[in-house]
Amino acid sequence: MLQFFIRRLIVAALVTATVMTLAFILTRLSGDLATSIAGANATAADIEAIRKAYGLDRPVLTQFFDWIGRAATGDLGESYFFKASVASLIAERLPVTLTLGITGLSIALLVSLPLGILAAVKENTTFDRAVQVVALLGQAMPSFWLGLILMIVFGLQLGWLPISGTDSWESFIMPGVVLAFSAIPALTRLTRAGMIQAMSSDYIRTARAKGLSRASILLKHALRNAAIPVVAIAAVQLGFMLGGSIVIEQVFALHGVGFLAWESISKNDFPVVQAVVLVLAVIYIALTMLADMMNAVLDPRLRGA
Amino acid sequence: MSGVAVSSAGPRRGWRSVSTWIGAIIVGLAAFAAIFGPSLVPHDPFTQDLGKRLLVPFWMEGTDPQHIFGTDQLGRDYLARLVYGCRISMMIGVTVSIVSGLIGITLGVLGGFMGGRVDDAVLFAITTRLSIPVVLVALAVVGLLGTSMTLLVLTLGLLLWDRFAVVARSTTMQVRNLDFVSAAWCAGCSRFRILTREVLPNIASHLVVVATLEIALAILLEATLSFLGLGVPPPLPSWGLMIAEAKDYMFFSPWVIMIPGVALFILVLGINLLGDGLRDLFGARSP
Repeated sequence: MLQFFIRRLIVAALVTATVMTLAFILTRLSGDLATSIAGANATAADIEAIRKAYGLDRPVLTQFFDWIGRAATGDLGESYFFKASVASLIAERLPVTLTLGITGLSIALLVSLPLGILAAVKENTTFDRAVQVVALLGQAMPSFWLGLILMIVFGLQLGWLPISGTDSWESFIMPGVVLAFSAIPALTRLTRAGMIQAMSSDYIRTARAKGLSRASILLKHALRNAAIPVVAIAAVQLGFMLGGSIVIEQVFALHGVGFLAWESISKNDFPVVQAVVLVLAVIYIALTMLADMMNAVLDPRLRGA
Repeated sequence: MSGVAVSSAGPRRGWRSVSTWIGAIIVGLAAFAAIFGPSLVPHDPFTQDLGKRLLVPFWMEGTDPQHIFGTDQLGRDYLARLVYGCRISMMIGVTVSIVSGLIGITLGVLGGFMGGRVDDAVLFAITTRLSIPVVLVALAVVGLLGTSMTLLVLTLGLLLWDRFAVVARSTTMQVRNLDFVSAAWCAGCSRFRILTREVLPNIASHLVVVATLEIALAILLEATLSFLGLGVPPPLPSWGLMIAEAKDYMFFSPWVIMIPGVALFILVLGINLLGDGLRDLFGARSP
């Protein structure tokens, strides 16, 4: 078990290092950063001054190792536009994104677990097919468009929910629902498949033969086994949601990390862009590692893998 | 067919084949619209007519029979833009999945076939790719390098190869150990010949399913990026861009975002239905 954890940690560290390298290359893609920061009307002297001020006159490799070294200690550099440290900017915006992600995941689980279980119990009935159709519809729904439609219906026509901002918990309902939509199809399908597989296994037959109640068989025996892959995917989905929340934060004007990234991209504020890529990737890596470890604890068969 | 495909084939249910047909018809219509549509529509998608701004579509009162889907905020014919946008969506979906397919299938087949160190490297590449937030990185690349169709396709292609790689790898692993591959080894076939003549044809059906689903994903992502202003450059009528440009008018005239949104939804749904149907037809399990 310990060996499995250690191996998993090493892989996570290597992936993080690769992502750091890629994030650094990403922001150097545009060629001369000093020119793009200075803007269209800058003189050659301005550009030269910016190059000196931001340390862009040093060799690329020096800049690279400087960034890696600082990032490893939590120093993500200074924002060019906001004139503040990138770490503090992200720390300030992260709670909004995390609230949004957790709201989205909770809604997704609240919808897809019961739907998946019921669809499995009623396999091949009209209900089961209806659930699969709903999953297909959810998969095809463009999230930004769904957000706009909800804004028109619930924000404007019914006036039930605020259209934008983060003033109250109600502001997170619509964005949370939109974000949940992206995860519901996968989670529902997986719950259904897991339950169907569990229901046809020997231990369920034994439980039935013992005369246990239907509810006890479903919830205590089948669900516990079906939940293992669902838990893993739920953690991974949360990672995807945080990465994808940039769209929803933009639609609903939620000032989270995604919104910060969006602003920074349009302003060529590359230290912020590369830091947000890194932070979101690290959160994803940590979540998948957590999911793998949780799986290993719950299901000893997976430890050898 | 290979043993892999046959072993997991289940009975096809009635509604499944109906939904596959619905998907095929939607995709067929979209392909027709993408190829012939722009030359059949009476209007040009770029011509502005500021005297005819935001004309309502045919199901509302006070419509102009010349513009059955109405006009946008600059007086451009909505039907023409919709049809031209279909061409852009289809083009991007197909080209992105060609780029991502080339990368993903190469990596997946190599990893699955060679095993050992090579496979470890491929798995590591997949893990790394999955930890990169796609929308954010795509936005950053386009934002830093400027908007262009070629750049958009290359960026999305470089970011969306993971599912191809995962499926190609696992199916190659299954095929690698089958008798006909051993027979080919014994007959003295080269590694390259075994890969191209024995392995690839036998995993092709699984890859076709992945390709359809990737086309749908690429179309959705293109629309998302265009909606955020960093996808297809204006004045090209991408559906995502149409929604973004119409956003300011949506509270007064909701149809301006309904029309391109519904088109996008139906196209992606159709491709997904077709992909799921093909998966059943080939008897492939979902990856």
